[in-house]
Amino acid sequence: MTTTHTETTPVIPLPARAAAAVTALGALATAASAAMSWTWTSDFPGDLTYYGSPAGLQWLALAAGLLTLVLLLAAQGVPGLRWAAPTRSNNAVLLAATGALAVAVYSVAAVSVELGGLANLEPGGWVLTAGGLIAVLGALGLPLDRRTAVPLRILDKRLFVLVPVAPAAWFGAHAVPTDKPVAPVLTALAGGLAIAAGAVLLLQLGHLANSALRLGRIDRPLPPPRALPSWAEVLLIVLAFGLGLFAITFGIDTEYGELFTGYLLLVALAVPALAKAGLLARLRALTVKHRPVTTGAAFAAAASFPFTQTSDQYTSVATNILIFATVALGLNIVVGLAGLLDLGYVAFLGVGAYAAALVSGSPASPIHVQFPFWAAMLTGAVVSMVFGVLIGAPTLRLRGDYLAIVTLGFGEIFRITMLNLNGTTGPKVTNGSNGIPRIPDLKILGFDLGKPHTVLGVELGRFSNYYLLMLLVTALVVLVFARVGNSRIGRAWVAIREDETAAEAMGINGFRLKLLAFALGALLAGLAGTVQAHVSYTVTPDQYTFAEALPPNSAFLLAAVILGGMGTISGPLAGATLLFLIPKKLEFLADYQLLAFGAALIVLMRVRPEGLIPNRRRQLEFHEAALPAQATGEPTALTKAGA
Amino acid sequence: MTTTAAPLLEVTGVTMRFGGLTAVNDVSLTVGEGEIIGLIGPNGAGKTTFFNCLTGLYVPTEGAVRYRDTLLPPKPHLVTQAGIARTFQNIRLFANMTVLENVLVGRHTRTREGIFSAILRGPGYHRAEAESREKAMELLQFTGLAEKADHLARNLPYGEQRKLEIARALASEPGLLLLDEPTAGMNPQETRAAEELVFAIRDKGVSILVIEHDMRFIFNLCDRTAVLVQGQKIVEGDRETVQNDERVITAYLGAPLEGTTPAVPESVPENVTETDQ
Repeated sequence: MTTTHTETTPVIPLPARAAAAVTALGALATAASAAMSWTWTSDFPGDLTYYGSPAGLQWLALAAGLLTLVLLLAAQGVPGLRWAAPTRSNNAVLLAATGALAVAVYSVAAVSVELGGLANLEPGGWVLTAGGLIAVLGALGLPLDRRTAVPLRILDKRLFVLVPVAPAAWFGAHAVPTDKPVAPVLTALAGGLAIAAGAVLLLQLGHLANSALRLGRIDRPLPPPRALPSWAEVLLIVLAFGLGLFAITFGIDTEYGELFTGYLLLVALAVPALAKAGLLARLRALTVKHRPVTTGAAFAAAASFPFTQTSDQYTSVATNILIFATVALGLNIVVGLAGLLDLGYVAFLGVGAYAAALVSGSPASPIHVQFPFWAAMLTGAVVSMVFGVLIGAPTLRLRGDYLAIVTLGFGEIFRITMLNLNGTTGPKVTNGSNGIPRIPDLKILGFDLGKPHTVLGVELGRFSNYYLLMLLVTALVVLVFARVGNSRIGRAWVAIREDETAAEAMGINGFRLKLLAFALGALLAGLAGTVQAHVSYTVTPDQYTFAEALPPNSAFLLAAVILGGMGTISGPLAGATLLFLIPKKLEFLADYQLLAFGAALIVLMRVRPEGLIPNRRRQLEFHEAALPAQATGEPTALTKAGA
Repeated sequence: MTTTAAPLLEVTGVTMRFGGLTAVNDVSLTVGEGEIIGLIGPNGAGKTTFFNCLTGLYVPTEGAVRYRDTLLPPKPHLVTQAGIARTFQNIRLFANMTVLENVLVGRHTRTREGIFSAILRGPGYHRAEAESREKAMELLQFTGLAEKADHLARNLPYGEQRKLEIARALASEPGLLLLDEPTAGMNPQETRAAEELVFAIRDKGVSILVIEHDMRFIFNLCDRTAVLVQGQKIVEGDRETVQNDERVITAYLGAPLEGTTPAVPESVPENVTETDQ
């Protein structure tokens, strides 16, 4: 559509050699600052006062600096490091350097805000900032892949009215005496205006930067990989998953919000840098080639997480992430494959959890039975599926938005019914808002999941046990999703999502297949619910709402699917992990937590509408403009494939 | 041009009313084994509505549609299962699926693998899947799309999208194929290629009922042609019968052309495209 002409020129005109040297200097300085003191007091979380002993944010600076350096050297073609950047792209270097700068700016800002001023910085803080800045400036001097022309977009002029209005409103609102009842309302309104004005300015600034830098989505062709023996490729996959486990464990184990935010910033820039460098594509090619190894490595990496932990503190987080992610994957069948918008999906998790709680032998359950583990799971899953069919059967005959409305209603009906079955407003089944407490721990073949066990010299606590059990459930759901998704049934679902009329004309019974998707989704959510009931000891109705600040709830589940990437397996898993961790770790933002979270979601959907890990179909859908550029490279690939 | 004894498709007195509007009025039509039948008529004559009545998309107000002597149920997927496949006037591919996947979806009714089979993946599943893929690739070879099996359907050029729709319809192993304006928007060369394709399909033993505006295409191709005007079938027969019929000439082809000889295909407007639905 638009011009896709590209050039390889620096943004800041510098001799290529000099630019590389400057970048290297900046990267080294950033990395070196990790070994210096950043601040004088140990009041800042992580204690960044020591020389020669990196801690917390300093590790991130070290990682960012080293990554920039490695990518730079690889892009320069230094022998022995070329594998790190198969595309030899300098854009990757710039991204990594930006990551270093982001960590630096964020760290310095966090230190000075929390301790009260830049005076609290020690030399290490300044070296860090200078290093990040120099690295970015140097990287801007490297020959970068750029578009030849990007027209400057100006936002609607009327929006700029906000810019002078917002400060005026701010001062006006604060001039009102605080004892007046309208004062908080005015302050809130002024705050909203200020945010809107800020967003307008930021957006316009973004457009300005875009047209000045002209760094578009330009993908370099990947040179063919060096032939490696099979065992080496397998080793590389294992290595990659080991690194992935390390990175994710680091994120889950971050002890304070500041470190997690820095971690997110670094990851958000380092991952695209690795993608630009071509490393991710290389890895993907390897995983496609060795499917079983990849699946095994991923499972092994996930299973070894509890062994990296010394306490149950983070395994409980990880267990809840798994539950959330599994339910998200189940929802992905309904939303991502069959295209049915389900806004009350968390209710099926609730049905499973309540069913399991009722037959768990909890003293609060009116049914005084204690099913063995497998029977409880089966009960939860089947009951949930029955509810899925009951809700689906009358509504799935309709098309379009009716289903969304009905499922939204069902979600609320479930919660309110559970509240009302308390003995006063209805039969006594669920104890109303008190829920069903004291659900006993599961015992599988004499193995008590409630007690710590020592395996391979590592003590696995209660949550570690449940984590491993949940991992099996997740693996089962992944298996079901992968196999059904890529079968006659899965194709029929996608066909229905794409065009229901045409699908029916191809002989697909739309109603039956939609019901099947709905029932399967409900069943998988119910399965996860049975484990959840035991993990959290108690089931209460307010765990299963439509929207809340903390997952899992229907809105978050849907967000996890869309954010992660519809129709893929790893997408919802990644999306759920992020959506669980962000609110959890951003608790230090207190009142601004939801605001920051919302902003993060908006930015993410603006930058990557197809989701974090897109289905190749959806990637093409959203970035069609990039197609002509790819098409030029394609004919050769085609003839090769054809030959 | 020979008509076999037992008709494959027998439409008797089909009427479709939408409230006060009678879109199709008492239309009867038969398609014999191995026949290519054309259906023409001016814009809004009810041709596509008639198609929709045949394929179960609409339930006709009156009349009956029989296929191989059994009454067709008014459900699209059952009609396809019975052996009637169709294409759409405005291409309705599964745009974000690959070319091969589109054809595989077409095989839905001819395969039985359910959800348990998909999860367990026994030998039967692998056999059925392999067979489906093989048949789908054969059809892609047949329509000349095999090279593009892994492309997204949406990225195909227009003419190939039409071909893919036909391949997808053929995947359901139909006895009768309904083509709704297969050459709309095509240039003369592409139209000739489409003609070849339709003949090749007929040679595979599939009867064809085709809606078209391109007169040359219709008269080259069809054993018989029915003309629909304002929901009514006014005439049916071979090329001469249709071309010489006064009502057809006034209703559809316009006033008689200068000269006394009946309109020859060359002098007939070649490609009138229709955009109604």
